[in-house]
Amino acid sequence: MAVAKTWVFADIVDGTPVGAALELLTKARSLGGTVEAVAFSPQAESAAALLGEYGATTLHAGTDAAYGELLLGGPAADAMAVLAEQHHPDLILFASTYLGRDVAGRLAAKLDVPVIGNGLELSANGQVSVGTSIFGATRNVTTVFEDRKPAIVLVRPKSFAAESGGGGPATVSAVSASIDDKHRGAKLIERRSEASSGPKLEEAPVVISGGRGLGEPKNFEVLEQLASLVGGAVGASRAVVDAGWVPYSMQVGQTGKTVKPAIYIAVGISGAMQHTVGMKGAKTIVAINRDADAPIFKLADLGVVGDAMKILPQVIEQIKARKG
Amino acid sequence: MNVVVCIKQVPDPNSPGQLDPSTHLLKRDGELVLDPGDEFGVEAGLQLVEKHGGQVTVVSMGPERGLDAVRKALAMGAAKGVLISDDSLRGSDALTTAKVLAAAIRKQDFDVVITATESTDGYTGVVPQMIAGLLDIPAVTFAKSVSVEGDKLTAQRQTETGIEVVEATLPVVLSVTAGVNEPRYPSLKGIMGAKQKPLDRPGPADLNLEDVGGASTGQRITAIDSAPERAAGEIIKDEGEAAKRIVDFLADKKVI
Repeated sequence: MAVAKTWVFADIVDGTPVGAALELLTKARSLGGTVEAVAFSPQAESAAALLGEYGATTLHAGTDAAYGELLLGGPAADAMAVLAEQHHPDLILFASTYLGRDVAGRLAAKLDVPVIGNGLELSANGQVSVGTSIFGATRNVTTVFEDRKPAIVLVRPKSFAAESGGGGPATVSAVSASIDDKHRGAKLIERRSEASSGPKLEEAPVVISGGRGLGEPKNFEVLEQLASLVGGAVGASRAVVDAGWVPYSMQVGQTGKTVKPAIYIAVGISGAMQHTVGMKGAKTIVAINRDADAPIFKLADLGVVGDAMKILPQVIEQIKARKG
Repeated sequence: MNVVVCIKQVPDPNSPGQLDPSTHLLKRDGELVLDPGDEFGVEAGLQLVEKHGGQVTVVSMGPERGLDAVRKALAMGAAKGVLISDDSLRGSDALTTAKVLAAAIRKQDFDVVITATESTDGYTGVVPQMIAGLLDIPAVTFAKSVSVEGDKLTAQRQTETGIEVVEATLPVVLSVTAGVNEPRYPSLKGIMGAKQKPLDRPGPADLNLEDVGGASTGQRITAIDSAPERAAGEIIKDEGEAAKRIVDFLADKKVI
């Protein structure tokens, strides 16, 4: 199926589209056909300039104040289903984020169309084809959509670079669908962000992540010290997030963030597939682990078998000394 | 309060999975386990009924061998199991899976439907939301903690940047993250008792599902390739010089 019209679902935070939406718009431009964005937020209209710059000609904007107060999955999927039946997109792209998954799954059920999740590659030569990777990124799988439309794809953030297309602001088209009462019982009460100092994990040029091998939560302080010396951010494996050592916002991996820094330093992380999926794209990988058989060493450009809590304090001292 | 927990049997995540090269289906000849993510769901369900009364029913779709996973959940304390097995369901995609589970759930009494956030083997990660859509009830997803008071469920859910506190009126679909609780081990008494618990084995026809299945999913795998391996690096053992080697390496890469 040719792609005449691609929609990108844009999550809007504080009036600005998230980076992953701009990545998807950039990719959507390369597929040919019309590119449009869909967003649900009281401040959706203020995103029109940026969404347009990255490729959306039209922004279908739901601006009901309730979109800022309710769990968005239900009402957004309902409204998108109505819109899709009016405008017939061939392909709808979502970032594989919490909100993206909430809306995409529900929309697919509503439209009775399939979803491909965890997309890493995307092309549309006659039919929409999606590349994913399985088994801890050891196998690449290519899947095509057959005849049912629209095709819905969830794409992992950071799969594509966001590049401005130089377009003018998207034309705002108001979404008029009303919000069904059944969605009004599911409300957002409070939002707490776990703000961290230094660069964002997904954008930092250096990421230093810790796992179980650190022994105890307070040893993350050493990673923080090293990160602040080299302008990096601190990440974590799922095991230590599940154990409550550090917040989820630091998790790197299949169910956490995908990072592609210039340097990734894995400290006390064994290298389970769950984790490596999220960091395999790093340009250079350094691993420190006591277990010489840890799978992380298969990925490492420099692997050190040893006790990180002995080595890292020395690394910090030596860097300080070199910096004078 | 009655809870339905959706569970899945998956290849042991500690041993690498394999796809059959001719059918592109997951090989299930190795060790199979109750998806570790689902243990948190079963535990969350048990904790809710222990506090509020009622019972937990586990629902699963999968081959005959999936009974082992259902029995484990029964041994943990679920009251009843439902397993839908049928050759026509082999190779089902996320939406087909959700349709089958939703059809089985509709036949149960429920206030809360609990799932993991995604399966450990397939991890499309949208089945909970699809089930909620099909049942036409709210989905409270990615919950790290849960409580119920009257007809309101309150949860802390994780987001990319922090935590959201949300509330929803029952009935709801609830997806729980690993770490939401500490799943119990089945006791010996639980394991023995599980064999006596009711087990329902509806077929697709019993659930009015004649037209779902692998052949009608609307997507097709066209290629499976090995991902390019990263070139092997240098591995050293720390004998006092490792810190210097790391610092030199970082300097070489212009990090410092």
